[in-house]
Formats: sequence, structure tokens, C-alpha cells
Amino acid sequence: MGQPMDPLIQSKRNHLDSLIARSRQLGDASARDDIVARVYQTTRSICEDVVHYQDKERLFRTEKLDRVLTSPIWGYPIMLAMLGVIFWLTIAGANAPSEMLAQLFGWLEGYLTLTFQALHAPDWLHGLLVLGLYRGISWVVSVMLPPMAIFFPIFGLLENFGYLPRVAFNMDRLFKGSGGHGKQSLTMAMGFGCNAAAILSTRIIESPRERMLAILTNNFVPCNGRWPTLILLSSLFMAAGIADGMQTFVTAAVVMGMVLFGIVVTLTVSWGLSKTALRGVPTHYTLELPPYRKPKFWNTILRATLDKSLYVLKRAVIVAAPAGVITWILANTPAGDVSALEQVVAFLDPFARALGLDGFILMAFILGLPANEIVLPILLMGYLSTGAMTEVEDMAALKQIFLDHGWTWLTALNMMLFSLLHYPCGTTLINIYKETKSPKWTFLSFAIPTGIAIGVTFIVTQTVRALGLL
Amino acid sequence: MNSQGNKRPWDRQQPGKSPSLSGYRVALAGNPNTGKSTLFNALTGMRQHTGNWPGKTVLHAEGRYLHNGETYTVIDLPGTYSLFSNSADEEVARDHIVFDQPDVTVVVLDATALERNLNLALQVLEMSDHVVLCVNLMDEAKRKGIQINSGKLSDKLGVPVIKTAAREGEGLEELKQVIARMAQGKITTRPYRLRYDEKLETKIAELEPEVRRVFGNRLPSRWIALRLLDGDAGLAKALRNRLGKEEVDQSGTTDGSPYPVEA
Repeated sequence: MGQPMDPLIQSKRNHLDSLIARSRQLGDASARDDIVARVYQTTRSICEDVVHYQDKERLFRTEKLDRVLTSPIWGYPIMLAMLGVIFWLTIAGANAPSEMLAQLFGWLEGYLTLTFQALHAPDWLHGLLVLGLYRGISWVVSVMLPPMAIFFPIFGLLENFGYLPRVAFNMDRLFKGSGGHGKQSLTMAMGFGCNAAAILSTRIIESPRERMLAILTNNFVPCNGRWPTLILLSSLFMAAGIADGMQTFVTAAVVMGMVLFGIVVTLTVSWGLSKTALRGVPTHYTLELPPYRKPKFWNTILRATLDKSLYVLKRAVIVAAPAGVITWILANTPAGDVSALEQVVAFLDPFARALGLDGFILMAFILGLPANEIVLPILLMGYLSTGAMTEVEDMAALKQIFLDHGWTWLTALNMMLFSLLHYPCGTTLINIYKETKSPKWTFLSFAIPTGIAIGVTFIVTQTVRALGLL
Repeated sequence: MNSQGNKRPWDRQQPGKSPSLSGYRVALAGNPNTGKSTLFNALTGMRQHTGNWPGKTVLHAEGRYLHNGETYTVIDLPGTYSLFSNSADEEVARDHIVFDQPDVTVVVLDATALERNLNLALQVLEMSDHVVLCVNLMDEAKRKGIQINSGKLSDKLGVPVIKTAAREGEGLEELKQVIARMAQGKITTRPYRLRYDEKLETKIAELEPEVRRVFGNRLPSRWIALRLLDGDAGLAKALRNRLGKEEVDQSGTTDGSPYPVEA
């Protein structure tokens, strides 16, 4: 705009400006009425001619189902029940394949080590590649793949069936109460898959204010990078000491509790912001409830498995590999008496302890900024690199790694809470910046969740300790 | 209101993806949840995420297919109920149809809710001559006992009408053929243009020549006049932006493709 203007363009621009000014004089509110009325009359008369209904009764099947699924009484219980069933299926179904994968990797590791020995490979190389990298990745794959391979297809079936808009419909009142937009729940549903993608999906919200609320709070929905952490930790620590048959149930209940807590935080933050920095009243909108459609069963399952699960896994492995190498190098670079890793961990430790975590966990979260998928692998590699050489055998061995580092149920709970509430991953932050073009709001979308994560874990830890529950 | 100043940071998301010089560009427009993404996937063999909820496609996705040796680039526009530029995604769709001027704009209609879907179709018909109507979800319509006379619809609206069931792959070949013939200029359309009341028509008649003076025949002048009379501030802004760029891009040529997709 600052450049000198071509005279021809300048004259056209003047023309255009006077044209726009003239149109403002001529135009009045009745224009819109006429336009809209004309459009509707025309479509009606066209359809009277072109469309023929055999049986009007058949058109209303969807309405009958909706009377139940979106009913003021049954809407919420059905929603919660569905969520619970999905989690239960995921956790119950994932257990056995996870064990099998872990055993398979453990078995393969033996051969890998033999190969390294046969080649007379130096110890450090074996340590870096097998004990650091391979073991880390083995754990990720065994822990992450089965739950994702179950969760995403089920979620995909529900999505293709047409249930999500009903969720938005049910949740509308809650969001309106918090000053947000009803469609925020659709963007949250996207967040279950990936927060970075969900940020883009907030474009369906017209009002900039409500869109910003949706962007700032989307992170409180656990994305696929965080599901495995939540599921793993709750099944290892939260359901311990409970009768066998009930364990899956308790695990599912804990994960569901986490999700509900995330929703409560979302609503609270939305409410807080719309009373302060993003003041305003919710705008009106139309939400279409599409007809229920029978999903293409195998197609959906195949897509969900191939596209989502493998994508996430690939990302985890690709990002985790270099992170694993960095972790291993840090762990094996002497700095003073101890390794560089231990220096960093020792530095973070006091603060982390106050939150009921430890230095390793905090370091994993910090190094995990690029992608949430790698937090768990980095943590495991960190633990493994300090001598606790637990072979990948089964889930009990995995739990032992944690126990060796002084974990209790409180550590697990805090890590879950921190994972649920902390800053969004790097990709998401980049998308937030691209969408808002505002350094301030991008920073806030980092700072608000982080502040909440620190606050909540701190309060939980101090309360539990003060009450002597542990 | 802090995101206000950056209306459309996303509508030029893919630098470097300029269209091949040969090859045609086909845009898919339509209401949310009419199966545009399913159709897009079926045409291009790509795997855009599909799902049964409105508003799923917010970015426009691009893909290609080959038909009788020609390349067709398909753009999956965000689903919108109208093009009155109320929201970011409506602006993306509108700007693409009006300014980028695809060789063919396919309006995807939900056969089970034709009346509501035609609202958008009528708006698109005011914006472009190169329009194909694709009445999708015919499988669902059949199940509900809805019959649609596509011949009559085509007569009334002056553009080709194809019935499809994209999920089942039905009607796709026919659609591709019509797209090809239209892209190659072998189909003459006479798109239905709404007539408004006398008062509004007089005003349109006054403004339209002015629009043509600024933009020549490259933009749909009647439609622009109408939108300006309706007080469409977003469009006014887009037109201003357009003017500076256009003269630079054009460098003397007035025919050919005056509105290349910007890199």
C-alpha cells in the first residue's frame, strides 16, 4: 500500500470507491429482505415442480431418534454412557494386545543384542540404539498402538453416524452459560483427535470473540498424543489394588473423570474470560442436525486405523527418535560429577516435587513441546538411561520402572493432570499464531493452560500431603 | 475482538501449488454435510477426512484426477449455507468462485433437502456461468422415497444437473464427463438469474455499468452490484484488494485467464 500507485490503478480505485459510496446511498435494509424472499420463493416453487415424495411419513425417522438422543432428560446420561462405553472398550480391548506387543519387542531385543555382540559393536552404540532408542520406541508402540486402534475407529463410527452434532446440541446450554459458542463442542470433538487440527476447525465459529474462547480452551481436551498417557497411567496406578474384574472399569472411570474435568476447566476458563478479557454475549447460530447415516463400517475402521493411528504412531516414532538420542547423549555426557541429564533433572527437581512430579517428568514435558506423543517415550528413555535397565517384557515391568523412581498414585495423578492441562504442543501453538496473527493471544494460549496445570497439580499435591493421605 | 483485524489469513494457504498451465480447475461448493468431501475423495482418490457433521471442512483441500488425458484440479470449498460473507469460511468460498474463477463450479446438493440446498445454488448461479449441479445423496433420497426430476431441474435452472451417490460411486463417471465438456467450453449454459422487485432492479441497472467500468467483464457485474447494494462490506474490501493486484498481475493481457490462483 505504501508504494507509489500506477495512475491507472489510482483512477480505477477512485472509481471503485465512488461506486461503493453510491451503493451505500442507494442500498437500504429492504434490499436484503427482497433478496432473501426472492431466493426462498424461487426454491420453493422449483421444488414443488421437481421433487416428489412417495411417503412423507418416512422423512421423520431421524426426528424420532433425536427425541431421545437430544432429550433434556436422556441427552446427558446417554452421552456420558457412550463416552464411558468407548473408554471401557478401549481399555479392556487394549490390554491383551499391549502385552503381546511388549513381549514381541522384548523377544526381538534379545536378537538385536546378539547381533550387536556378534558384530563386536561398541557398548555405547548398543546403549544408544538398543537400550535407549529401541526400548523407548518399543514401549511407545506397545502402549500407544492398541488403544488408538480401538478408540479411533469407534469414534469414527459415531462421527459418521451423525452423533457429534447432537453432542453440540446437548452441550449448547452449558456453553451459552459460560459465554462461549455452542459450536465450541464440535471443535472440542476435533480436539479429541488433534488439537492442532481443532484450532483450524474453530473457523466454523463466526464471532471472533467466541472463536478466541474456543482456541484458548481447546487444549483442555486430551488429544491423541495424550490419550495413551492417560490410559496407561490410570491403568497402572489408579486401578491397583482393586479386584480384577473391576480394574478395567475403574481405569475407564478415571480416564472419563479426566475428560470431564477437562470440560469443567474449559467451561470455567471460558466463563472467566468472557467476564474479563473477552467480554461479550454469545451470538446466535444455526446448528444443523444432519440425518443419521449408517456408516460404511469397514471403510471407517480402515481409515481410522490407517490414517489416525499410524499417523500418530509415525509422528511419535519420528519425533521420539531424535529426542531419545538427545536424552541418551545428555545422560552420557559427564558434567561435573554427574551426567548432564542428571544436572538438568536435579535443577528441575525441587520445583517438580512441589507439583508432585519429579525432574524427569518435567523435563519430558519440556522436551515434549514439539509433540505430546513423545512425552512418555522421553520419560521412559530418561529413566532407562540412568541405570534402571528394565527389559521390555510386560506391563508389570513397565510399572516397575516407575516404581523404581519413587512413583506413587499421586505422581501418576499429577502427571495425568499436568498432561491434560499444560501448554499445547508446538504444532498447535504455530496454528494458533497463524489463525490469530497475534503474539499476545498465542502467548496467552500457552500461559493460561500452563498456569492452570501448575496451580492444579500444586494444590492437589499439597492437599494430599497435608491431609496425610499418602 | 482481537482477531478482527486479520480476516483471512488462510485463504492462500498453499504457496507453490499453482495450477498447471494445462489442466482445468473444478471447485466443489455446497451446504455443509452434503457429502462434498466424500465426492472429493471419490473423484481424486484422496483421503480427506469425512464425517457426518456440518462444518468439518474448513480449509479448502486440493486434489487432482485425470479424465481422458486431461488433468482436473479439484478444490473442496468449505460447506456454507449462503455466500453472504458472514463468516470466514463463506468468504473463502465466495472469493474462490468470484475471483479465482474455476473452470467449473460444481454445486453439491443434498437430495433429501433440495429446497434448502437450492438457496446456495441460486446464489452461485448469479456468480458464474460455469456451474454444474450435482444432486448428491441420491441413495438416501431413494430410501426416503424422494424422487427428483433432474431433467426438469436442469431446464429451470439452465445448467446441467447430475444425480450422484458419491458414497456408492454412482453417477461419478457422468459427472466427470459433464465437467469435462463444460471446462472445454462445449456446454452453453443459461443460468437462472433471480429477478428482484422493480426498485432494486433499477438500482442494479444504475450500478452495473459502473462495475463494468472498473472490472470490465472479468467479474460478474450484476452480482457485484447486487451485493454492494446489500451493503456487503467484506466484498467491498475484497474488491479493493483485488484492484491493486489485478493490474500488476495482468500486465497488458485481458483475455486468457485473468484470475490465476495466486501463488
